Order: sequence, then structure tokens, then C-alpha cells
Amino acid sequence: MNFKAIFKENPLPATMLLFCTLLVCTFLFLILGEIFSKGLSALSWSFIFDAPKNGMTKGGILPAIVGTLLLTLITTLASLPIGIACAIYLSEYAKNNTTTQIIRAAIRNLAGVPSIIYGLFGLALFVQGLQLGTSILSAGLTLGLLSLPYIITTTEEALKTVPQSMREGALALGATQFETIRDIVLPASIPGIATGVILSLSRAAGETAPILFTGAAFYVTGLPGNLFQEFMALPYHLYMLTTQHQSIATVRPLAYGTAAVLIILVFMLNIVAFMIRNKFRKQLK
Amino acid sequence: MVQAALVKTKPVIEISDLNLYFGEKQVLKNIQLTIPQKMVTAMIGPSGCGKSTLLRTLNRLHDLSPDARITGKVTIDGQDIFHKNTLVNKLRKKVGMVFQKPNPFPKSIYDNVAYGLQINGFPKDKIPQMVEESLRKSYIFDEVKDKLQEPATRLSGGQQQRLCIARTIAVKPEIILMDEPCSALDPLSTLKIEELILELKNDYTIVIVTHNMQQAARVSDFTAFMYLGELIEFDETHKIFNNPEKQLTENYIKGHFG
Amino acid sequence: MNNRLRVRIDKVFKVVFRIAGFACIAILVSIFMMLLYNTVAFFSQIKPLDFITDTQWNPSRHFGLLPLLASTLLVTLGAMAIAIPLGIGTALFISEYATGFVKNMLKPAVEMLSAIPSVVIGFLGIVVISPGISNLFGLSNGLNALNGAILLAIMALPTIITVAEDAIHAVPMTVKEASYGLGATKWATVKNIVLPAAYPGIIAAIMLGMGRAIGETMTVLMATGNSLAFPTGFFSSIRTITATIAIEMGEVPFQTTHYYGLFALALILFLITMAVNVLAERMVNRIRKFQ
Repeated sequence: MNFKAIFKENPLPATMLLFCTLLVCTFLFLILGEIFSKGLSALSWSFIFDAPKNGMTKGGILPAIVGTLLLTLITTLASLPIGIACAIYLSEYAKNNTTTQIIRAAIRNLAGVPSIIYGLFGLALFVQGLQLGTSILSAGLTLGLLSLPYIITTTEEALKTVPQSMREGALALGATQFETIRDIVLPASIPGIATGVILSLSRAAGETAPILFTGAAFYVTGLPGNLFQEFMALPYHLYMLTTQHQSIATVRPLAYGTAAVLIILVFMLNIVAFMIRNKFRKQLK
Repeated sequence: MVQAALVKTKPVIEISDLNLYFGEKQVLKNIQLTIPQKMVTAMIGPSGCGKSTLLRTLNRLHDLSPDARITGKVTIDGQDIFHKNTLVNKLRKKVGMVFQKPNPFPKSIYDNVAYGLQINGFPKDKIPQMVEESLRKSYIFDEVKDKLQEPATRLSGGQQQRLCIARTIAVKPEIILMDEPCSALDPLSTLKIEELILELKNDYTIVIVTHNMQQAARVSDFTAFMYLGELIEFDETHKIFNNPEKQLTENYIKGHFG
Repeated sequence: MNNRLRVRIDKVFKVVFRIAGFACIAILVSIFMMLLYNTVAFFSQIKPLDFITDTQWNPSRHFGLLPLLASTLLVTLGAMAIAIPLGIGTALFISEYATGFVKNMLKPAVEMLSAIPSVVIGFLGIVVISPGISNLFGLSNGLNALNGAILLAIMALPTIITVAEDAIHAVPMTVKEASYGLGATKWATVKNIVLPAAYPGIIAAIMLGMGRAIGETMTVLMATGNSLAFPTGFFSSIRTITATIAIEMGEVPFQTTHYYGLFALALILFLITMAVNVLAERMVNRIRKFQ
């Protein structure tokens, strides 16, 4: 039954549901339309490859782009080993007992912890506790914690798609369980893991609240030189340009440009993840 | 009777008082069985009788299922396989297994066979030669020799199963367990595997689970008939099929149930 | 490599993986302990009763939770009033009404919406929604609770749509066919069969969306005006718990009453979101049992 037939049968509810959907789509197009119609004109090579100039009223956002990329890299390095190890534990080793249920409940709750609380935790643990200071390292580690539950969940799902017969085949040849995971299970689930990891990183790249007090800076001269420096990041830069800058109206075009770059970056990561997922699905068939 | 037949052979697997439970459910009941060396022993019985479960006990694959509980004793070459000092990966290298559905690794044909050799520490320079040897012994070399680097999943089901046999014999096991190896294959592929089994028994002890009685009759020297988790009868194959001692065995052989 | 070494490596990694598993519990517990520790320090200086009853948050003297909590609840409820009907309506449309191409386009559209960073949505609140509100209602300033509610609704929508759609999709085809077989229309089937069957999942969707809205920081920080006054309605400028932490933590001196007070706020936030998520999970478990 297609929509026309359903509509004829009972027009009012069909119209209402269609209206809801159209409104949701409107939100999306409003955001994209607004940002790209005004943001793309601000984009230029110099906007992307220059540092801010004249109190950020001119110039580009290179330090913020590099900062965000570097931050994402640190986040990956921080969250990937623990996340994958934890997923391996849950998928390959954990028995279905109370302890395992507690671990799973903890992961679900971590996924629900507000990002600003991760910011506080990062401040207390990395900035103050471990004396890393407000730095790109502290911020990256904080975002690493934030990404952990997503990475664990998606990795576990990917590991679960590897048929049990593969594991049995390797074990039957005399492989230890670790060798089975290393040589058979992990290689077979890499596309799935990559998809999940990239998606969670795209989320981390757009996060602002956790880096507010852990290392993001209003303005830094030059590119980040070492892990213990404060840094500029795209989302924080957008926040600053929109609400904290002394001449907000003047820098509005720069804010649009920054928002456009941020969205493009996030969408690019999503598209890469999407392509890996599609390719993987075709391979399975 | 069976004692008389076994006298001429050398026992390699000895199972005594074996019970296996999945949670509350008892799947194997007090199994006593001696499996002779370099012979083909078939296990037959209706589905759910525990024949595959018994097979998987012999290389301790039940270690993977957390709710499986085992009592009793199984020795292979006189060694207790459940003893705490038994290294399970060493046991599994010695007791290879071919599964119901062909399960080649998502790797190349060559790597599928080489993998077991690599992890078990065979000398690197000998591996290519050993891979070829195993492929030849499994009568698949001629079909794959020009495409060793292609993914194994591109082979047909029958070829995949022979590749899995090649992969198993490559690591030089003493015993090969086969869990209904032909059930997913067409008749022609089945015939090839059966020929291969008859060839392999010169070098290996083979235990094969099958639901196909003709297959058991064709390839095996000894046959164990199982029913509802119990070993009903074990004897030379021709005896089981022509002159069984138990009524239950006779009923099954004649196709009265199962 | 000899076998003993292989077995030892195997054992070592088994322990490593298990430690990683337990690390998740450790992280959650440490977050909670960190909040609790600082909150206890706060309550050694400010009476818990004052924290709960004081109607002012003015960190030189007054540490009243109420205006911030009221602000948080106000925007969240506003957001839910928008997002629940829209989200469930959209989920129903995608799952039951849309077919073919339209269906295949809607799912990525929802994914795109969920991928947009919150700071961008906050930016939209400033440049689009705020002028819109002030024009429409003749206000001097559109940075208020209504603006925050709209933005939080946008933030919560993808969660609500995705989870609700999963729940609706999980209603077995056979059940629906039985209803059509009796001559029921699409809408009658949706209303009488699909919605009741998917009910726990839809509640879970709402709870998860709400958890997301309560904990959201950047959009409310940017678009609600950040006024410390007690909110009086949707046109009030407000300041939520999350926004207060975001604004003040950057400037507060280390280990002062004010510093500890922000952790106390965070603990309240943590407990609320946790409760909401646990409730959502209960609902999801109920569907699993149902299936």
C-alpha cells in the first residue's frame, strides 16, 4: 500500500504524520541552508590556511582546524585501545553473569553522562589531579573517555558479526584464544569497528562542553607545538566568535565560515563511515 | 564381541564414565568408549542424541560454552585431556576438527592452510612446501594451484570443505574429528570427501559423526550408535549394520525412527 | 615461539581484556566519587537544606539550586512538548507510511541531523530562532527559554526518532496483518495495535531523548540568555544547570565554596540523567522480554 492509498483511506492522521516529518526535515534544511548559504561565501583558501588576524576580525581559522584534527587524533589514541579491549572482553570472554551485567550497565550509563560532566571530570583528573594542565592532552583524554562507551558498543557489535564457526576453526587448529582474536576475529571485524570508531570520533570532534575547561583557548598564536599547550578548536572557536568576542557583528561572517567548516568536517567523517559500512555489507553478501 | 575386534587394534582415545550437562540438562550419559588408532570410527544416531556433543568433548570445544559441565575421564594416548596441566591448544593441535559447514577463514587459500603452521611454530622456510603437501593430500591442489592468493570464500562448498581438511592435516594431527562434514555438500562433493577419508585413515585416526547411515557403512571400520545421550552399541561397522545386538540399534538401522 | 610462551601470552591478554572491562565500571564510579567528594566538601560549608531551598544562585553568598533546576526543567519540558509529538509522528511516518525512495532518504536525514554538533545548533538559535522569536512575539530579546526548548527539541529528535522507530519496526508483521485482515485501516492498526505494542520502546525513546536534553550544554548556554533570575515562563531568560557550570567553572578559583558548589550542581545533574537513563533501560528490557 503506498502513501496515496493510505492517505485516501484516512487523510487526517496521514497528513499529521507527514507534517511532523516535514517539520523535522525543515529543521535539518534550515540549519544546513542557513550555514551553507552564508558560510560558503566566507570560505576561501586563506580562510582555511591562515591564522586569525586583527583580534580575530580577519584572517582564517587554520589553528582551529589543526587543533580539532590533533585533538581528534589524541582522542582516538586514548579511547581506541581501551575501547576495543573492553569490547573484546565483553564479546569474547565475559560470561553472562552479574559482573558482566554490571559492566554493561556501567557502559550504558557512561553513554548517558552529560558531556559537561566529562569536562568536570577531565578538569579534576587530568588538569588538576595528574597535573597535565589545561592542554590539548587533557582535552583529548577527556574526549577519549566520552567516546569510550560508543566505541565499546559499536566494536562489540562488529565482533559479534564474526561467525562462531570462524573462532572454532582457529581454535581447532591449536590457536590460543588470543591468537584466534588477533588473527581471525579482529581482522574480520575491522570494517565494522572502523565505522563505529569514525562515527564516535565525528561526535567527539564537534563536542565543546568537555574542552571548555580542559584546554581549549580563545586565541593561540601559531599551531599547537606540543601536547601540553592550550589549543584552538573549531567548535570552541565558533562558540567564542558567537558569544564572547568583543565585536560580535563584525566577526559574524567568520562564525558562519567556521560553522560551515565544522559541519563539513563532521559530515565528511560520517560519509567515510557510511562508505566503509556499505562496502562491508556488500562483501558479506 | 567388540573386544575381540578391538584386540587387533591399538586404543588411542579412551572415554570412561563421561557425563555432560548444559545447565540442568544432561546431554551425555555415562559414556564408555574406546576408539582405535588409524581406523575410521563413525558415530550415528538420531539428531539430538549427543553424537556431535561427544565429538566436541574430544578437543574440548565445550570450553567455549560457559554452561557446559563435564564429569568423567577422557584420555588420549593415555593423557587425561581434562587434567589441569593439559594445554588445550596443544590438545587441539593433536586432535584436529572438520566442521559441519565449511568454515574457511576470510583469508587467501594459501593463508588458510599456512595459518595453523605459522601459529604452531613450524619452520618458516618449510611452510610453503607443507601447504602444498597438505593441499595435495586433500586432493584439492590441482583445482587451486593457480589461485592460491584468492580468497578461500570464492571456492565452492565442496572445495571449501576439502580446504578445511587440508588446513587440519597441515598441522600434523594424530586424530581428525569430523562433524557431519558432508551434510552441507552435494553428492559429488560428498563422494570426493568420502574417498579422501578412506585415504586419510592410513595416517590418522578419524572419528566421524554422520546422520547418513550409508556414509557410515561406506567409510567406517567401527560404528557407535547413540540414542538420547547414551551409547547404545559399539562394534565393527559390518556387525552393527548386519547383525546388531540391540533391538534399538536394529530399529534405527532399518529406518524405523530418527 | 614455544607453546608455553603462547599460552602465557594468552593468559596475560585475558587479564588485560578483563581489566579493560572493569575499567568501565571504574570510570563511572570515579566520576561519581569525584562529584560526591567535592559535593561533600561543599556541604561542609553550605547547609544542604539551603542548597535545596534557597531561591537564588549568586555565588558570592547564595547557592540555591532551585532557579537553575527550574530553568533546566522548564527548557526540558518545553523541548519534550515539541519533540515527543514530532519525534513519534516522524518515527511512525518512516516506519509505517513512507515507502521506497522517501523511506531511504529519511533515515540518512535523521542521521545527518544527529551528526550536527550542538554548538552549531546553538549558533542557529542565536542567528535564526532568536530573531524569529523576538519578531513573532514582539520581544526585545529572543534569547529565552522558548529558544532553548526549540533547540533542545532539535537535539533530542534524532534520539527519539531512532529509538521509537526501532520499537515500532519490531512489532511483528503478522500482528499487523491480522489487524488488516479484520478490515482495519492503516491508522486504526497503528493506533490500536502498533502503538500499544511498541509502547515500552516509545517510552524508552522519550526518556533517552529527555536525558539528552537535560544534559545538553552548548545550545542552552548560547541561546537562553543566561539570566540568573527565577524563570517565570517561556519568555524568561534562563540559566540551566549545565550552562551555569560551563560559565562559572572557567573563572572560579580552585577549591573555593563556589568551586565545590558547581560540583554539587553536577552531581544533581548526574543523578537526574542517570535516573532517566535507568528508567529508559527498564523499558527497553521490558520489550526484550515481550519479544
